[in-house]
Amino acid sequence: MSTPSITRWAHHPRIARQPAEIPSPSRRGPRGAWARRAPLLPALIFMIVVTQLPFVGTLVISFMRWNALNPSAKGFTGLDNYKEEFTDPQLRSALSTTVVLTVTVVLVSLALGLGLALLMDRKFAGRGAVRTLLITPFLVVPVASALLWKHALYNATYGLINGSLTWIWSLFGSDSAPQPDWLSTSPKLAVEASLIWQWTPFMMLILLAGLQSRPTDVVEAARVDGAGTWDIFRYLTFPHLRRYLELAALLGTVYVVQNFDAVFTLTSGGLGTANLPYAVYTTFYQAHDYGQASAEGVIVVILSIIVATFALRSVSSLLREETL
Amino acid sequence: MATATATSPAASGTSSPTTARARRNGRALGILAWLCGIVFFLPFGWMLLTSFHSEQDAGTNPPKLDAALTLHGYREFFGSGTGVSPWPPLINSLTASIASTVLVLVLATPAAYALSVKPVRKWTDAMFFFLSTKMLPVVAGLLPVYLIAKNTGMLDNIWLLVILYTSMNLPIAVWMMRSFLADVPVAVLEAASIDGAGLPTVLVRIVAPIVAPGIAATALISFIFSWNELLFARVLTGVTASTAPVFLTSFVTSQGLFLAKVCAAAVCISLPVLAAGFAAQDKLVQGLSLGAVK
Repeated sequence: MSTPSITRWAHHPRIARQPAEIPSPSRRGPRGAWARRAPLLPALIFMIVVTQLPFVGTLVISFMRWNALNPSAKGFTGLDNYKEEFTDPQLRSALSTTVVLTVTVVLVSLALGLGLALLMDRKFAGRGAVRTLLITPFLVVPVASALLWKHALYNATYGLINGSLTWIWSLFGSDSAPQPDWLSTSPKLAVEASLIWQWTPFMMLILLAGLQSRPTDVVEAARVDGAGTWDIFRYLTFPHLRRYLELAALLGTVYVVQNFDAVFTLTSGGLGTANLPYAVYTTFYQAHDYGQASAEGVIVVILSIIVATFALRSVSSLLREETL
Repeated sequence: MATATATSPAASGTSSPTTARARRNGRALGILAWLCGIVFFLPFGWMLLTSFHSEQDAGTNPPKLDAALTLHGYREFFGSGTGVSPWPPLINSLTASIASTVLVLVLATPAAYALSVKPVRKWTDAMFFFLSTKMLPVVAGLLPVYLIAKNTGMLDNIWLLVILYTSMNLPIAVWMMRSFLADVPVAVLEAASIDGAGLPTVLVRIVAPIVAPGIAATALISFIFSWNELLFARVLTGVTASTAPVFLTSFVTSQGLFLAKVCAAAVCISLPVLAAGFAAQDKLVQGLSLGAVK
């Protein structure tokens, strides 16, 4: 118990198996090395062609003046698109929206997911049924969920939220219940709430699996030794759970940062809710400004690389322990 | 709290008031869990209920919980009012999801083999390359893909989506399949081949049983993400290759009542994912955690 890090490594599902002696490929000569690489190549080449080459195209177009509505003016402009981007208040707003949206959604759903996972990690009547209820939001098609929140819940005249307010107020004999238009009074919160609803089950599932892989014998031994519930959580459960928290946060970030469906459906990017993917989409699909859209795309990629570098460092612990 | 189970040996050894209190706490936490489950299910439950209401009963304030049930919304979804059949987009979605899932498995399994059972040198670099492509926002490559598709006549073609969805899910699949293949005991494989077992025998008798759950989990995740995708489908398809999520957005009109109809459509389109996810909850967890959780 004094060395939580050891229990953390030792009981992680990945550590139990060590790769057997790996003969060095170099000893087998070049033919052996290629025979080893061959199965990897189709997937590798596919990914490079489909995901990396288009990005080279984006990079080239980002230095061009190219608006599909005015094709005759096509040509190279150097850094003009980028200059425009950095002086454009809309892009700066999209940038901060993306950061706020992602951080809020990931942190809140991680916290809620942890609470739910702790609740679910005990035996009680109907646990399987509750688990099924809890994961439902994650299994609703995202655009369906966005439509559900926009029309069936948030709508000012017939949405469930305002309808419930009317009903509650009428219980007290009042017919003047507040009827705010949620999507225009608090648009960011509205988008965040719908995304938190969707992503909390995801966090819960990963953290619950983490809790259930926790070594029970150590917990029992600690309890026999007189450790309290909080001590057990602080010194045993939490250190064990840390990598699962990191994994859940990383994956959640990857998906939420790219969110398009909720912003597109709920607010159409209005009222300061346009995030970077939505901004690129409108520049390309509505303004038809290919050069500008590409510059935005390149900026998005550079920012993603910065975030990914930190994120990958935390995931690399998943691999490192295996190669020890 | 996770550890406050009433049946732990420590609790049984102590006096009975403590046990009773622990049991009471346990029951309270069970009720709390049920409440949370109901709260999270509520929006979907409301959508389900509304989908069985008539348009007039769906848009009331305060909500009418006991309104008469009708299949009107579902009939509308299947084209009774407009004559627009939902089957072409549903079939497009199925084609894109299933074909890309098969392609993902075909590409990911050998790659994962080369990254685990007989790892290439610098296999971690390859793993990180795959993961990093997942971190590049898809929107950054959208324009060149659109231009290439436009110039090669691939716009509004479902196979373009198949290729893009494959690239979207391949990194996840490689990570997952690698984590399952890493469980294959290499020593047993070598012993089997020394004993004269051919490659097919080794694959069927030793590798397949270990890897089959991984294939199932990978397929589930890949299917769900492909089925849900909206951005590419919206930009790159038009009339013939439009998918179910794009079709769903067409139910929202600027005027008239559409709530029950949209809810019915949303339920129908979510149904395949809900069914697959409920049926394979443990596979869902394995897939979502890139195979880190088994």
